[in-house]
Amino acid sequence: MIAFIAQRILQGLFVLLVVALVSFVLFQYVGDPVLFILGQDATQDQVDLLRRELGLDSPVVVQFVHFLGNAVQGEFGMSLRQQISVSTLIAERLPATLELAFVAAVIALVIGIPMGVYAAIRRGSALAQVFMAISLLGVSLPTFLIGIFFILIFSVGLGVLPSFGRGEVVSVGGFTTGLFSWAGIRHLILPALTLAIFQLTLIMRLVRTEMLEVLRTDYIRFARARGLSARAINFGHALKNTLVPVITITGLQLGGLIAFAIITETVFQWPGMGLLFIQAVNFADIPVMAAYLCLISLIFVLINLLVDLLYFAVDPRLRVRLSST
Amino acid sequence: MIHRIHQWRDSDVGASFLASPVAWVSFLVTFACVFGAAFSPWVAPHNPFDLATLDLSDARLPPTWIEGGRAAYLLGTDDQGRDMLSAILYGMRISLAVGFASVLLSVVIGVVMGLLAGYMGGWLDVFFMRLCDVMLSFPAILIALLIAGVGRALFPDAHESLAFGVLVISITLPGWVQYARTVRASTLVESRKEYVMAAQVIGVASHRIMFRHVLPNVVGPILVLATIHVATAIITEATLSFLGVGVPPTSPSLGTLIRIGNDYLFSGEWWIIVFPGLALIVLAVAVNLLGDWMRDAFNPRLRSGR
Repeated sequence: MIAFIAQRILQGLFVLLVVALVSFVLFQYVGDPVLFILGQDATQDQVDLLRRELGLDSPVVVQFVHFLGNAVQGEFGMSLRQQISVSTLIAERLPATLELAFVAAVIALVIGIPMGVYAAIRRGSALAQVFMAISLLGVSLPTFLIGIFFILIFSVGLGVLPSFGRGEVVSVGGFTTGLFSWAGIRHLILPALTLAIFQLTLIMRLVRTEMLEVLRTDYIRFARARGLSARAINFGHALKNTLVPVITITGLQLGGLIAFAIITETVFQWPGMGLLFIQAVNFADIPVMAAYLCLISLIFVLINLLVDLLYFAVDPRLRVRLSST
Repeated sequence: MIHRIHQWRDSDVGASFLASPVAWVSFLVTFACVFGAAFSPWVAPHNPFDLATLDLSDARLPPTWIEGGRAAYLLGTDDQGRDMLSAILYGMRISLAVGFASVLLSVVIGVVMGLLAGYMGGWLDVFFMRLCDVMLSFPAILIALLIAGVGRALFPDAHESLAFGVLVISITLPGWVQYARTVRASTLVESRKEYVMAAQVIGVASHRIMFRHVLPNVVGPILVLATIHVATAIITEATLSFLGVGVPPTSPSLGTLIRIGNDYLFSGEWWIIVFPGLALIVLAVAVNLLGDWMRDAFNPRLRSGR
């Protein structure tokens, strides 16, 4: 088991190293930072001095190690476009993305689970078929188009919801959130719904499949034989047993939500990390791009590690198989 | 020819195709899209790239059936006076080209890697499968976005062909994994069969066994996967272009058209965004449904149940 986990950690570290290398190459490409700092008409002595101070006279490998050291401390230098340090910029944008991803996950659970339960219990009914059709559409429609059509319907057509930015935000210990004001919540509805739809359809299909599986088992038949109400059987016995995988998967999809947030944030001009990344790409703001690359891969590596550990804890068969080899 | 058609109609797959309205409707729609896109210079009523015929006084005209629209522009015009219908047909051509190119490249890479991993085994197998694990742990769209973004930053004013190259690679890189895994699994099964052993015994070279003997027997499921993958690739391309990291602006795809239309969302010119959006949805859903039907029809296990 320890070998398995060690192997996974090594694999994660390898991914991070590759991403760091890509970021480092990006930095090399930006051009000479010395000229950038000193300007065109600096003397050769000044240039040499700064070059030594910045460690640019050392071999590339040493520079890369230096870069790694800075990256581990979250130090990526200044944003070329906004003249703020990249770490401040990301710390500013992170809460917006986390808020969006969190609310989307809650929406996906709160709507997806009941829809899945209904589709399983009343299989073949008209409404259940409508749910399945919706889920097919949700899987095959591109996220950005869903967002655009939401804006067309609710902002342009009906004029009931805002389509742009975050509205009013409150800062709670450095963590900005729009959840405490009506304007903030109104601004959150469309982006969160757009981001939630894909996960919602996934959860709905998962709950439906798991429910159908559980409803066939002996203990459900026995519960029916005991004369329990349909309500007690469906919700007390069946749903409870389907929820474990559903909650696990939703938790693990949080990384996916943060990735998909790039698209949603661009459509709704939501000031999160994803929008920051896209803007950085369009302005060739390399330090911001590099920081985002490293951060997002770190998040994914950690989540994947968690998944592996979790499967290990949940599935004893895996433990047996690995210890026998 | 007629005999062949009869033969096809009487076969299992042919009969299931004719019996399923979803199958032939999605086939017709896909065919119409591919045809209109491939022959857009002849099918489209205008040439949206011919600056000589563009007239700014024709800009932002509504569709024909709305007050102020003109018969010459069935779906209206965009901000530069380009006919929307023509722009969509030309855009679809680029979307489909990028989609097909990415899928083709994914298939080639995936099949070669899968064959090597499955037939050779050893460290090659371990290495390729680890690589697949790593790829699968990131969402495809994220990998594509990051690569396209990095490519855009490295070559800001790249030549058009280079920009297309980066785009195709960024869609291909997360795409080949599914083929590699499928081919590896079936290669493992095939390489234990007698015909492979026989070939080995009479001294056929490994590469010849892999590509001439094993490949034809593992390629079937790949075609079905590839059809569904085309729809995914088109959507990925559209998403990247919408975000501004896709095709170069000089050759607008459906995603670029939607990006342009996004600027006119609030000024009432809804047709600039809605029609390219609908075209993308219709194309993606049709290809998807066709792929779904193929998966069911070519799967003998599902067929025997009927």
